[in-house]
Amino acid sequence: MTAKTATQNACKLCTPLGACLAFRGIESCVPFLHGSQGCATYIRRYLISHYKEPIDIASSNFNEETAVFGGSHNLKLGLKNVTQQYKPQVIGIATTCLSETIGDDVPMILKEYKAIMGEADLPAMIFASTPSYSGSHIDGFHAAVRSAVKTFATGGAKKNMINLFSGMISPADIRYMKEILTDFGMPFMLLPDYSQTLDGGPWAEYHRIPPGGTATSAIAESGCASASIEFSSTLEASKSAAGYLESEFGVERHQLPLPIGIKASDRFFAVLEALSGQPMPEKYEDERRRLVDAYADGHKYIFGRKAILYGEEDLVISVAAFLREIGVTPVLCASGGKSGQMKKRLLELVPDMAEQGIEVREGVDFVDIEHEAERLQPDMLIGNSKGFTMSKKHELPLIRIGFPIHDRFGGQRLHHLGYRGTQELFDRIVNTVIEERQKSSPIGYTYM
Amino acid sequence: MKGKEVMDTQNINLLEGREKQVYEKTAGGAEVEIACDKTSLSGSVSQRACVFCGSRVVLYPVADAIHIVHGPIGCAAYTWDIRGAVSSGPELHRLSFSTDLQEMDVIYGGEKKLYRSLVELIDQYQPNAAFIYSTCIIGLIGDDIDAVCKKVAREKGIPVLPVHSEGFKGTKKDGYKAACHALMKLIGQGSTEGISACSINILGEFNLAGEAWIIREYYEKMGIEVVATMTGDGRIDAIRRSHGASLNVVQCSGSMTTLAKDMEEKYGIPFIRVSYFGFEDMSKSLYDVAQHFPDRPDIMEKAKEIVRDEIRKYYPEMQKFKAALTGKKAAIYVGGAFKTFSLIKALRTIGMSVVLAGSQTGNKEDYKNLKEMCDEGTVIVDDSNPVELSKFILEKEADLLIGGVKERPIAFKLGVGFCDHNHERKIPLAGFIGMYYFAREVYESVMSPVWQFAPRKGGLR
Repeated sequence: MTAKTATQNACKLCTPLGACLAFRGIESCVPFLHGSQGCATYIRRYLISHYKEPIDIASSNFNEETAVFGGSHNLKLGLKNVTQQYKPQVIGIATTCLSETIGDDVPMILKEYKAIMGEADLPAMIFASTPSYSGSHIDGFHAAVRSAVKTFATGGAKKNMINLFSGMISPADIRYMKEILTDFGMPFMLLPDYSQTLDGGPWAEYHRIPPGGTATSAIAESGCASASIEFSSTLEASKSAAGYLESEFGVERHQLPLPIGIKASDRFFAVLEALSGQPMPEKYEDERRRLVDAYADGHKYIFGRKAILYGEEDLVISVAAFLREIGVTPVLCASGGKSGQMKKRLLELVPDMAEQGIEVREGVDFVDIEHEAERLQPDMLIGNSKGFTMSKKHELPLIRIGFPIHDRFGGQRLHHLGYRGTQELFDRIVNTVIEERQKSSPIGYTYM
Repeated sequence: MKGKEVMDTQNINLLEGREKQVYEKTAGGAEVEIACDKTSLSGSVSQRACVFCGSRVVLYPVADAIHIVHGPIGCAAYTWDIRGAVSSGPELHRLSFSTDLQEMDVIYGGEKKLYRSLVELIDQYQPNAAFIYSTCIIGLIGDDIDAVCKKVAREKGIPVLPVHSEGFKGTKKDGYKAACHALMKLIGQGSTEGISACSINILGEFNLAGEAWIIREYYEKMGIEVVATMTGDGRIDAIRRSHGASLNVVQCSGSMTTLAKDMEEKYGIPFIRVSYFGFEDMSKSLYDVAQHFPDRPDIMEKAKEIVRDEIRKYYPEMQKFKAALTGKKAAIYVGGAFKTFSLIKALRTIGMSVVLAGSQTGNKEDYKNLKEMCDEGTVIVDDSNPVELSKFILEKEADLLIGGVKERPIAFKLGVGFCDHNHERKIPLAGFIGMYYFAREVYESVMSPVWQFAPRKGGLR
């Protein structure tokens, strides 16, 4: 019999982790968790194992007294200490299950703190409510981005610039997005930008806060932008940064799926063309042409192959649509998240989903996925590195994408988005299938 | 979006409230007692974890039990398959189980969900016991996990043990205690029939990369029966009969001394503290055990033989490493202070000196010993943080940092070699062969040509 109640080998992480990651993408910002020391330490360790960069996350370090009398004193002391030791321009504060359960009113505590300390010399403070019993890491990520915008964005005369809320993507993807926007000649604000803070160079001396990140002055201008692009298939306007800017300052919101695959990338570039009034730069036409050419060169190796795909809902939806472009069937699209939107959104991108035998499951764990794998007999797994044990046990190749990638080198430098990222993904999928054939082939396989 | 340089090392001031947790040994310097056993300062970015972490790491290697984390998902997700603790049989410890509490559970209580989870998981996996870890919010929402555990134990006929490890209720050390407390409930329940008079339990050895097997083999070669290893490659039945052993041999004293003391009190089993790290301490740990059985001189003879053979085997290689590493400087920042003693000795064996030594959880006695062992100019820290560690690494021009996952990127960013001495390591560092692996790892990191490109080494251009 299979245990149903407990979550076994979770396919999701806790809400505050996402918030810490997003805060890492703001210039001169220290993430600060209001809760037990363990939360900050576990999350640091988890992020470090993927990004291979120092990640300092402060904690208000609850003890028993704090839990009884409230976290106000500890939070204030912690803010003071972080300010003294890190001299940040921003502190990104996120709650944990502990501080939420005892009912700490963090905005009120922050108000008191500002009153005591005198506002002038204080770092700016962003606050996101991220109890881990509600949602998963991706919700924490979006909550932090939205609260950053709420904290800094001001209205004013419209400027010729756009916002890009690119979601939880790799540092390499962020750099590529910035390159694209720059090549379109459009001033832009991309949030959160951890392309340098979580994938930077060596240091001659220790940086309390790594260089890089979206400047708060840029976030402040986001309310004056002509439009926002937000990568996410499932994010509701009421929970999104772009949604806030639209309702508050009338900044037009373009919600797009993560641009993975030719169709989704075309859609993204079309929006950029419309917003900039510029045609797609030749460089990207070239990238697209090479990708179409590669699809042709590689199609036979992968047609009809079956994949199980898992991870954050937005990533899974976009990769699933891409797989349908290249003849691979994502027989199972699984996520530990529970937005309730996944099936509906995937159907928009892959209308013949049912006929293709594509199943969607939200709120699953790796034991569920493993059971499905036994039934569905896929040719490959596509997702983060936490599927490794399953892949080893069932002798299924695993194509590592997204976060976390704890058992391979260079996860932070993987591309997933746009023509370039799709090219990289496509090459990896084709090569995975060829490698499997090579391994099991009795004949020489020195040519494809 | 260019970032700004936020600090230079000269300007680091220690946080108010931390001055007494940092000490530099100087000639004729004042005898200051290092403050320790304190909870971390709010906002100081401690490298420590929490009570839950302490319990979880100690019990983790028990391989024929299921380990259920009662709380929201994070604590279970971050401890899934986390240690390199290997098992010779069942591998239930490598699975992650959580009650994954949701908002409604927090409001209405999680007891029913815990009960259902337990019953279903026990039916599915047929474990020999279950450990239930309570996380931060369990006490707050009023769940009586003891009652649930009792009920399930009665219904399923296996030990179902609550581990009171609410993250905020103390430090990692309190988590160790909670884990020992759970183990004590198992000990004494099994039959001690047939256990040799020359028998030991190996405590505080977690079988990372098979280390417990290496140690066990030495003792068995000496003619000693190993009743239980706690908790490396751990089995419930072995733990239950471990009170039949004549001696407890305790490594990682931080986590397991509590258990050894409790066993001494309740079952009259004496204990000794050992370390399996480095030739010196490894040899001593064999001799100390042999000495406990004076009427069996053959055991001591055998111990000497093992030491002789093993050192002979690795000595030539070690000289090669020593020749290259002599004069290089190391910084150590690990979980338990006892480990640092062995590391200092082991580093001296390969010609290296120690310029920084510290731990997350050392006690007064530990730091006193550390001060005596260290050379002049060595900085000693308790419960340090990245800013402090970097400051001292740069100031003291360390060539190597020994630490865990959270310390690794600090070393690499600054262009300093690194040796993993943590729960995740894949290479055994215990035993004579472990010393060889350790030296090799240090050599491979310190002597790598990549550091020539690091800014602190000039960066070449």
